[in-house]
Amino acid sequence: MWKALLLWFDSRLRFTETVMPMVKHPIPAGAAGPMGWWYVFGSASMTLLILQIVTGIGLALVYVPSADMAYESLEYLNYQAPLGWFLRSLHYWSGSAMTLMVAIHMTQVFLHGSYKYPRELTWMVGVVLFLLTLGMMFSGQVLRWDTDAYWGVGVGASMAGRVPGVGPQVVHLLLGGPVIGGDTLSRFFALHVFVIPALLLGALAVHLWLVLKCGISAPPAPGQVVDPKTYHAEYEKELEKGEPFLGPAMMKDAFFSALTVLVVLFLAAYVGPKGPSAPPDPSLAGANPRPDWPFLWLFGLLSLSPPSMETFIILVFPVVLILALFAVPLVSRRGERAPSRRPVAVLAVIVIWTILSVLSYEGYTSPWSPIMDAWSKDPVPTNIIKGSSPRELQGALVFQNKNCRNCHALHGEGVTPGERGGTRGPDLTNVGLRLTRNQLIDQVSNGTPGGGNMPAYGKQVRPAEMAVLADFLSNLRPPGTDPAIAAGDPPKN
Amino acid sequence: MSESTPPPTRRSFFAIITYLMGAAAAVFTAIPFLGYLFGALRKPEAQWVDLGAAAGFPVGETRLVTFDNPIREPWDGMTAQTGVHVRNKGERIVDGVSKPDFDVFAINCTHLGCPVTWFPQSGLFMCPCHGGVYYENGDHASGPPPRGLYHCVWQIEEGNLRIQAPHLPTLQDTLTKKDA
Repeated sequence: MWKALLLWFDSRLRFTETVMPMVKHPIPAGAAGPMGWWYVFGSASMTLLILQIVTGIGLALVYVPSADMAYESLEYLNYQAPLGWFLRSLHYWSGSAMTLMVAIHMTQVFLHGSYKYPRELTWMVGVVLFLLTLGMMFSGQVLRWDTDAYWGVGVGASMAGRVPGVGPQVVHLLLGGPVIGGDTLSRFFALHVFVIPALLLGALAVHLWLVLKCGISAPPAPGQVVDPKTYHAEYEKELEKGEPFLGPAMMKDAFFSALTVLVVLFLAAYVGPKGPSAPPDPSLAGANPRPDWPFLWLFGLLSLSPPSMETFIILVFPVVLILALFAVPLVSRRGERAPSRRPVAVLAVIVIWTILSVLSYEGYTSPWSPIMDAWSKDPVPTNIIKGSSPRELQGALVFQNKNCRNCHALHGEGVTPGERGGTRGPDLTNVGLRLTRNQLIDQVSNGTPGGGNMPAYGKQVRPAEMAVLADFLSNLRPPGTDPAIAAGDPPKN
Repeated sequence: MSESTPPPTRRSFFAIITYLMGAAAAVFTAIPFLGYLFGALRKPEAQWVDLGAAAGFPVGETRLVTFDNPIREPWDGMTAQTGVHVRNKGERIVDGVSKPDFDVFAINCTHLGCPVTWFPQSGLFMCPCHGGVYYENGDHASGPPPRGLYHCVWQIEEGNLRIQAPHLPTLQDTLTKKDA
């Protein structure tokens, strides 16, 4: 009876005769064998996209995209809606997993040279998909509408404001008006829910069309060179020995997709949802916004760059990177595909991933951020204070009161890393070994020579305070060591 | 010359009318829609915000004042809260008359817009994001910011300090006409 029902639909939809040939299309025998495991990352990305759409729809049933209620609706989801926390958690972890999976898929395609003739357009559409995925991560963070999101949009707007000529107009378009507010949130909501998903699904359809029409590439073999003149004939011969996709190849895709979803489910249940952190009240000073993890590397890169190069790196560098990504199959269209014969490609992958990891770590630890409450939270370590003269004690008080600890750390016995102070400037635990008393007074009074990262405290510190501060600082050295002497001074006996 | 061109038929005339109508439909949809999309570019009129009695700000001190920014949508909620740092510099002689002198700074750092905190102990504004520092008069002291703090337009009206409601200041779109 069921068969008759299915037949009724199928004879009208013509599903079987249209779709089954696609599903059963022959793929190179190598792709169906053990090497086929390298091919699973693309379909896993698509599975996670579907999961995102489903969880996203679930969230949209409760989330209020209004600046005054967004935060409340997220708190409601976290603490009151049944399993709301899990839905939020799944949406974040699945989105993160998708971004990572797309990056892995891209790396695999690059390493196997599958972007070469005739699949150059597939690669380019893939780059578009990658950028749109990053766009979803960015706009998704804005929708969390907490203090990170609010100030993060402010940072984005300040960067956009540097575009020569039309900067202010770009800012107004980004914010939906002259200030960060309800218009901004609505704009990003429309982008995240309507515009980018539509573009994603459209680009995905083109991407899949191309995969079907060009055929999936065979696993690369050293010596098997891509030559546009002979490629199609060789590929046809491969397909004669091929196997249908419906079979072990599809099973590998399905297995890995299921495994990915299970891992994401576990992470979502075990770690829980991300935020929202503090409410987006702009009058709360001390906010230190952080982008979500896929952008930590860029955050680190920009924060570590010299200020004079900043505008160039912000505006031009991403464009150059994106153009380079698009240009990959144009620059390297033919030739060897096997990684063992492409040392530059392998090296590029290792170097790029290493750079991204290191920059992401820097972005995560952000040592360039002063710790705004260190001056009152982190006392001068006891072993430094012990045995100090009264002047040195007064100097320690001046050191703390003038907020120096916000940027400068002091190590001591029993002091945990979180209690040392800021890492914006150098650690001063042994500064008495490095700078003479006069040099210390000079540094504090005038700041970094030529202008830099330390302000001039000359007018902020009274002469008596400066004198005792210098005493304290020049005493900051291991016990029993001599103070620093300047090059021209006679040595102490 | 029209020797080989066939004379216009009803079909070809109908086709031309269809193309024209289609073009008109596209254009008259696009223009208002683009006007709507880019409507955010229009500048709002200046609005004034009362920050309280000028005498309420002790001379030589910097205070953070938060207020509900009139540049807002009705549904902005707490995100309409805006902060400015107000410093009373005492009296100044203007045209032979002694007048109160203030500096009012937007809370946004000029580097990338994070909120700066005033530290009265050291007399410095510090930004938590990348360590930008400014002196009490708003001048850049150290760190990555390219310029001093953004000044707000202020005036004293009947003894009250008022400022022009600040939009989000950026390097090419400050709060004052003179880019102060």
